[in-house]
Amino acid sequence: MMTNRWPLLVFALVVAAVPLIPGVPPFWLVLLDNIGLAALVAMGLVLLTGVGGLTSFGQAAFCGFGAYTTAVLTVSYGFSPWLTLPLSLLVSGIAAVVLGIVTVRLSGHYLPLGTIAWGIGLFYLFSKLEFLGRNDGISGIPPLSIGSFRMLSPGTIYYAIWIAVLASAVLTMNLLDSRTGRAIRALRRGHIAAEAFGVQAPRAKLLVFIYAAVLAGLSGWLYAHFQRAANPTPFGAQAGIEYLFIAVVGGAGYVWGAVLGAGIVVILKEVLQSYLPYIFGGQSQLETIVFGILLVLLLQLAPTGVWPWLISWLPIKFGRKHPDTALTLPARVRSPTAPSVLLQIDNARKQFGGVIAVNDVSFDVQAREIVALIGPNGAGKSTTFNLITGVLTATGGSISVLGKNVDNAPPQEVVKLGVARTFQHVKLVPDMTVLENVAIGAHLRGSSGAISSMFRLDRADEAKLLAEAARQIERVGLGDQIGQLAGSLSLGQQRIVEIARALCVDPVLLLLDEPAAGLRLMEKQRLAALLRQLRDGGMSVLLVEHDMGFVMDIADRVVVLDFGTKIAEGTPEAIKTNPEVIKAYLGAAA
Amino acid sequence: MLFLIQDGITNGAIYALLGLALVLVFAVTRVILIPQGEFVTYGALSYAMLSAGHIPGTAWLALAMGVVAFALDLFAARSALRLKAVGRAVALNIALPLAILALTYSLAGSKTPIAVNIVLALLIVAAIGLFLYRIAFQPIAHTSVLVLLIASVGCHLALQGLGLVFFGAEGLRGPALSTASFTVGPLNFTGQSIAVYSVTIAFIVALWLFFGHTLMGKALRATAVNRLGARLVGIRTTLSGQIAFLLASVIGAISGILIVPITTLYYDTGFLIGLKGFIAAIIGGLVSYPLTAVAALVVGTVEAFSSFYASNFKEVIVFTLIIPVLVLRSLAAPAVEEEKD
Repeated sequence: MMTNRWPLLVFALVVAAVPLIPGVPPFWLVLLDNIGLAALVAMGLVLLTGVGGLTSFGQAAFCGFGAYTTAVLTVSYGFSPWLTLPLSLLVSGIAAVVLGIVTVRLSGHYLPLGTIAWGIGLFYLFSKLEFLGRNDGISGIPPLSIGSFRMLSPGTIYYAIWIAVLASAVLTMNLLDSRTGRAIRALRRGHIAAEAFGVQAPRAKLLVFIYAAVLAGLSGWLYAHFQRAANPTPFGAQAGIEYLFIAVVGGAGYVWGAVLGAGIVVILKEVLQSYLPYIFGGQSQLETIVFGILLVLLLQLAPTGVWPWLISWLPIKFGRKHPDTALTLPARVRSPTAPSVLLQIDNARKQFGGVIAVNDVSFDVQAREIVALIGPNGAGKSTTFNLITGVLTATGGSISVLGKNVDNAPPQEVVKLGVARTFQHVKLVPDMTVLENVAIGAHLRGSSGAISSMFRLDRADEAKLLAEAARQIERVGLGDQIGQLAGSLSLGQQRIVEIARALCVDPVLLLLDEPAAGLRLMEKQRLAALLRQLRDGGMSVLLVEHDMGFVMDIADRVVVLDFGTKIAEGTPEAIKTNPEVIKAYLGAAA
Repeated sequence: MLFLIQDGITNGAIYALLGLALVLVFAVTRVILIPQGEFVTYGALSYAMLSAGHIPGTAWLALAMGVVAFALDLFAARSALRLKAVGRAVALNIALPLAILALTYSLAGSKTPIAVNIVLALLIVAAIGLFLYRIAFQPIAHTSVLVLLIASVGCHLALQGLGLVFFGAEGLRGPALSTASFTVGPLNFTGQSIAVYSVTIAFIVALWLFFGHTLMGKALRATAVNRLGARLVGIRTTLSGQIAFLLASVIGAISGILIVPITTLYYDTGFLIGLKGFIAAIIGGLVSYPLTAVAALVVGTVEAFSSFYASNFKEVIVFTLIIPVLVLRSLAAPAVEEEKD
C-alpha cells in the first residue's frame, strides 16, 4: 500500500511509550488493551468484509475457539501459554476451514445470514458443553510469562497485545499489496473477471476467511490470558455484531480503520457507561440506547467510515514507486508445434431454458488472424465469448483451443491455454490503480503465495509482475494514467485498461468484447494500429464490435450471427454485400 | 409426539409472520431488519401494559420520533419550503403520534376492552416503525447492504435499551384473546392458538394479494428489483420504504400480541424470536413468501422437538439447521454474477 514506513514507525513508538508515561491511570491501559484486542478481530474483518466483500457476524466465535483452546489446555492439562498459542491459532484456523468450506460458497446475502446462524449456534455450544465449563466458563488461566516475568498487570500484557496488533497490521498490509492481495481485492467486484485471469476465487475466499479467523483466534488467546478467564458471553452474537461495527465505523476497507474503529467504539462505550448515569441518573442500559443512536448518526455522516474521512484531511499523501520496467517475466511456455488453428468451434449450442442463445454455431480462428464476430444486439456474441472462456458451459457441440477440448474447462483452465479476454461491461476494480488492475492479468505468471507475501519474500516476483503490467500499460498508451484509480478513467480508457490486463496473460488468442465502444476517433485509430501490431507479432484476435467502420478496417475475416445462428462468414468485402447480412441489420426491403 | 408438533406449528406460525415481514422489508429496502424483534416486544408489552391499565412509554417514544422525523423532513425540504409540504409533515409526524398519544390516555384503563388495547398497541408500534424508517434508513437508503445492516443493528440496540426503560426488566404477560378451548382426539386447541393460525394464514393471503394484485404492491416489488428504475417510472421509493416498515412493524406487533398471552416476554426476548423468523426467511431465500411460511413451520417444529429431547442444545440445533439449507441454496443458485457496489 505505502512505501512510506515513517507513519507506522512513529505510531509504534507512541504506542510503546504510553505505559511509560508516569502517572498513566491503569484504567487507560485496560482500555488500550481492549482496543488492541478488538482491533485484531476487526483487522481480520477488514480483509474479509471490506476488501474481500464477505460479511461475517461470526468472528466472535473464532475468538472463542482461540480463548477456550488455551483455557482448556493450560488449566486442565497444564500446558504452557506459549505452547497453546500455535494450538489456539490452529484450532481457530481449522474451525474456519470447516465453517468456511460451507459458508464461503454462499453468495450474496446468504453469507452474512449464515454467519449469524453459526455464530449464535457456537455461542450456545460454548455455554452448554461440560468441559468448557458451561455458562460459568473456565477461570484460573495462567498469565503469560517470559522467564520469571509474569504479565499480570494491564500495563505488561499491553505490550504483548500491541505487538500482535502492529505485527498483524504490517502482515495484512503486505498481504494486500501482493499478487494474492490483488486477487482478494478483485473478489469484491464479483468473481468472473478474477477467474478469467486464473484466480481460484473459492480458494482466495477461503484464504481470507481463515486469515480473519486466525486473527480472531489470536485475539481470543490474548484475551484469555489478559482476563485470566474465559466464559461464553464475549463470544456471542452481540460481540460478533460489535466487531463488524468496529470495522465499518473505522472504514471497512482500511487496515488502520480497524484500529481507529476499535478506538472509537471501545472508548465511546466506556465514556457512555461511566458518564451517562451521572447525567441522566442511574438508568441502566442507557448507554446502549445512546450508543445505538450515535452509530446510526455516524453512518449517516460518514457511510464509508472514519479512516478515509480522516485521511482526506491529512496533508500526507502516500506515494508509490514506479515499477522498474527493466525487469522481465519469462514468456509463457508455448508448445513448439502449435497447430495453425487456434480456436475451433464446432456446432456450439447454448440454451437458457427455452431460449436458444447460440444455435449450433461453428467457426474457427487461425494463427495470426483478426476475426470479427458481429451481429445485431442479442445475436449471441457475448454468450459465444462466455462459452469459449468457460464462464458458461455449452449445452451442445464442442470448443477446442490449440487442439485441446475446453468444453467443461473452468475459466482458470482456459486462460492457462493462452486465451485472454475483455468484458463488454467493464470489470475492473475501481478503487485499485490502473497498474494493480492490469497486474491481475499476470496472476498466473507469478507464483508467490500468501505467506511469502506477508513476510515480503515475494518482492522479486512482485517487481517482475508489476514491470510486466507497466510495460503493457505503456503499450496500450495509458502510461500517464498508470497510478490513477481505475474508476476515475473514462469508460473508453477503462476498456483499454482491460486490453492491457488481457495482454499481461501473454496470450495467443485475445478475445475483445466491444473494445472500441466509447472511444474517440483518434483512440480508435490507435487501437486498430495496436491490434494490427499484435497480429503481426503472432497473436490472434477475436473481437465483437458494433462499429462497422472499425471492424471492416481491421478484420481479416468476419463471422455474422443473428438470433444465435451463424448467417454468414467471409472477408469484410464479401460481408458488406451479403444480402442476408443486410437483411439482418436493416430488415428486408419492403 | 402430536402435542410437540402442535406446539411447533404454533411457534412456527409466529416465526412465519416475522419471516414474512423480514422478507418484505429486505425485498423493498435491502435492510435486514434486526429490530423486527423489538417490534414484537413493543407490541406485546405495550398491549400487556395497556391491559394492566398503564400508559406504555412507547406512546411517548412515537411522539418523540415523530418530532425528529418532522425536523428531518423540514431540513430535507429547506430549500423549497411550501405550506402544503409543511402541512403534510406536521400532519404525519406531529399530529398523528399526538393523536395516538391522546387516544391512549383517554382510552387506557383497567376496564378497557381487549380489542381497544390491541388497536392502541398496533397504532403505537406502527407509528414507531414508520418513523424508524424516516429517521434511520431513509437518509442512507442508497448505501450498501452492509451499511444498512449496521444501521439496523444500531436501531436494534437503541430500541432494546429503550424497551428496558419502558417495560422494566420484569417479564410481562397479557390477557388471552379468547379463553375458549376444545379438544380433538388427544389434542387440546385453545382459542389463542386458533387465533395464531388464522392470523398467520390471513396475513400470508393478504400479502400475496397485495403484492400480486395491487398497483401499490407491484410498485413495492419494482422498487425491490431496481430502485433507480422504479424512480424513473415515477414510483416514490421513499414511500415504498415507509410502507414496508409500516407493514413490518404492524406484523411484528401482531405477532407479539399473539404470543404474549402464551409465554412471558421480556424486553429483550424479541431478538431471539426475530432471529428465528430470520432463519425461516433465509430458508425461504428472502424472496418467497410461501416457502418462508413452510420453513417457519419446520423451524418451529424442530425447536419444539429439540426442546423436548435435548433442551440444552435447543438453540444450537435450531441455528445450525440453517447451514445445510444455505449450502443447498447456493449450490442450486445459478452462477450469475451480481454487480455489487
